[in-house]
Amino acid sequence: MTALTKLFRTTTFRLSLTYLALFSAAAIVAIVYIYWNTTVLLSRQLNQTIDAELKGLAEQYRAGGLDQLVRIVAERSGTPGNSLYLVADSEGRRLAGNLSAVSPELWNSLGPVEFVYQRPATGGVEKRLAFANVFRLASGYRLIVGRDIEDRRELARMVRSAMLWGLGVMALFGIGGGYWVSRKLLARIDALAETTRTIMDGDLTGRLPVTGSGDELDRLSESLNLMLARIEQLMAGLREVSDNIAHDLKTPLNRLRNRVEQALREPYGEAAYREVLERTIEEADGLIKTFNALLSIARIEAGAGGENREKLDVSALLRDVAELYEPVAEERGIELRAETDAPIFVRADRQLLGQAIANLIDNALKYGAPERSSGNGSRPEVEVSAHAKGPIAEIVVTDRGPGVPVPDRERVLDRFVRLEASRSEPGSGLGLSLVAAVARLHGGILRLEDNEPGLRVVLALPVEGEALLNGAAAHMATGAEIRPA
Amino acid sequence: MLIVDRMLPKCDGLAVIQSLRTEDVRTPALILSALGEVDDRVKGLRAGGDDYLTKPYAFSELLARIEALARRTSPEEGSTRLAVGDLVLDRLSHKVTRAGEAIMLQPREFRLLEYLMKHAGQVVTRTMLLENVWDYHFDPQTNVIDVHISRLRSKIDKNFGNPLLHTVRGAGYTIRDSAH
Repeated sequence: MTALTKLFRTTTFRLSLTYLALFSAAAIVAIVYIYWNTTVLLSRQLNQTIDAELKGLAEQYRAGGLDQLVRIVAERSGTPGNSLYLVADSEGRRLAGNLSAVSPELWNSLGPVEFVYQRPATGGVEKRLAFANVFRLASGYRLIVGRDIEDRRELARMVRSAMLWGLGVMALFGIGGGYWVSRKLLARIDALAETTRTIMDGDLTGRLPVTGSGDELDRLSESLNLMLARIEQLMAGLREVSDNIAHDLKTPLNRLRNRVEQALREPYGEAAYREVLERTIEEADGLIKTFNALLSIARIEAGAGGENREKLDVSALLRDVAELYEPVAEERGIELRAETDAPIFVRADRQLLGQAIANLIDNALKYGAPERSSGNGSRPEVEVSAHAKGPIAEIVVTDRGPGVPVPDRERVLDRFVRLEASRSEPGSGLGLSLVAAVARLHGGILRLEDNEPGLRVVLALPVEGEALLNGAAAHMATGAEIRPA
Repeated sequence: MLIVDRMLPKCDGLAVIQSLRTEDVRTPALILSALGEVDDRVKGLRAGGDDYLTKPYAFSELLARIEALARRTSPEEGSTRLAVGDLVLDRLSHKVTRAGEAIMLQPREFRLLEYLMKHAGQVVTRTMLLENVWDYHFDPQTNVIDVHISRLRSKIDKNFGNPLLHTVRGAGYTIRDSAH
């Protein structure tokens, strides 16, 4: 596409052309209207003047007869001007006046008529337009009074040419102006397109130029820049997550590979090979689990599981999941207690909420044992409970472990984030991310608090029929009281 | 035994199962699908599928489920008394005995043993146990099932010479009388 066709295709240029056409049409209509009205007005005035003069001369004729009329007409014809007179007998012979030959058309007309007459001029005769009326005298004599209107024809010609010139100039300015404005605009659009292309090529730090004039293009650029900033931030987050995924999955894959490699090198017996293969399967299962957890989080964050929500009793579900983990707690020497009130109903996906509670209990059992040094002989305990606080159902899981330091409380909800203290335990760093995602999906929130000592995790969900809590997240984070919305 | 993929070239595998069910064909059907949402699973089972396995799957998982489904049609399904070796479970009185000696089980342990014994001789995966005994369709992070199994094992096998409950590494568990 050449630069010119590109220009012709711009909206601005097309708009200028459209406006040009509209304005030209309007101008033509206005000029024609004015011209037409003026002509009509002038004709009427001329007609009246001629009528008045005819009447005056008729008076003279009645008073003084033909002789007086001839005398007055001869006198008036003598004075210079554009008045035309003729007094003629029934044969058309001129008795007085400055009109020579008269066409039969004029001669026989009964009202005012336009006609062309000849007038001596420098270098011959010239044909001029005139306007006249006829008065019939006695015995076929005629009195003709008229005016030369050649000047008016001249005026019409001038108006016409002025109109054409005007239109020409208008078109010139219109097209020129359109071209100029379009080119200016096109230059800015091209700059925007250029920047967009560099951003598309991967340079997310690029921003659209803002001229500072505050016009609509500037405002658009500002909005797009905000969007780009958000995208850049999201991309950075995404990159961090994928980096983490790569890192966290590489470690077990390496371990798996090394074990198999070692088994191949050593002259093992069949039983030992079996052992290695079985452990390889276990390791692979662990990897698949991590992937499943990642996929679940992604699905939940995309809003999946929305259709499967049902009214369910949080207390019952909590007891149910706690029962599932009870033998695990016992094996670890931890006392797992479930304290639940009367039924609390929420609208939730049983599987997702069950998994969220399972993850919380799992975490508490893994990381909730107090450090050996602080052991005072009593059994470490993990307590799960459910309470209804007005419109909010709270699922609380507490432990007596090292807890999570305040600065890390937001961070541990991110994918693959594991605190140093917990590195010794197996885990993917995805458990709390999934709980947070489930909380968000159900319009609730997840917050970590101090159990003095230990960690207190609160999963707050709106009670069945109440408004979502997400909007109130800011208050919840600070522990402020929430009133029903 | 039917193994049906959901995403067939021209139609949804569910439609196939549905039309078979309306023709009163009762052949057990296992649905295999990449659509792994809970909703999809519910839809699959409602359409007449007997089990639902999400792709990608472990081969042992598929085998175990096929075996479980194939057995489902056997006459043992309705019997009130299950026996493996000298271990006997009475589904009506909820009593379990081994070599005539009563064993006290908690309700969940009873259901776990019941499920294992219903599929005696077959491999039962952890996922199958979680789905059928607890009705959970998610992955608990710790292998809670293993702990439940070891607790059950200590009750039914510990004081008896011949262990019945075996671990199949990489796959799951099986209950069988190995003395035969």
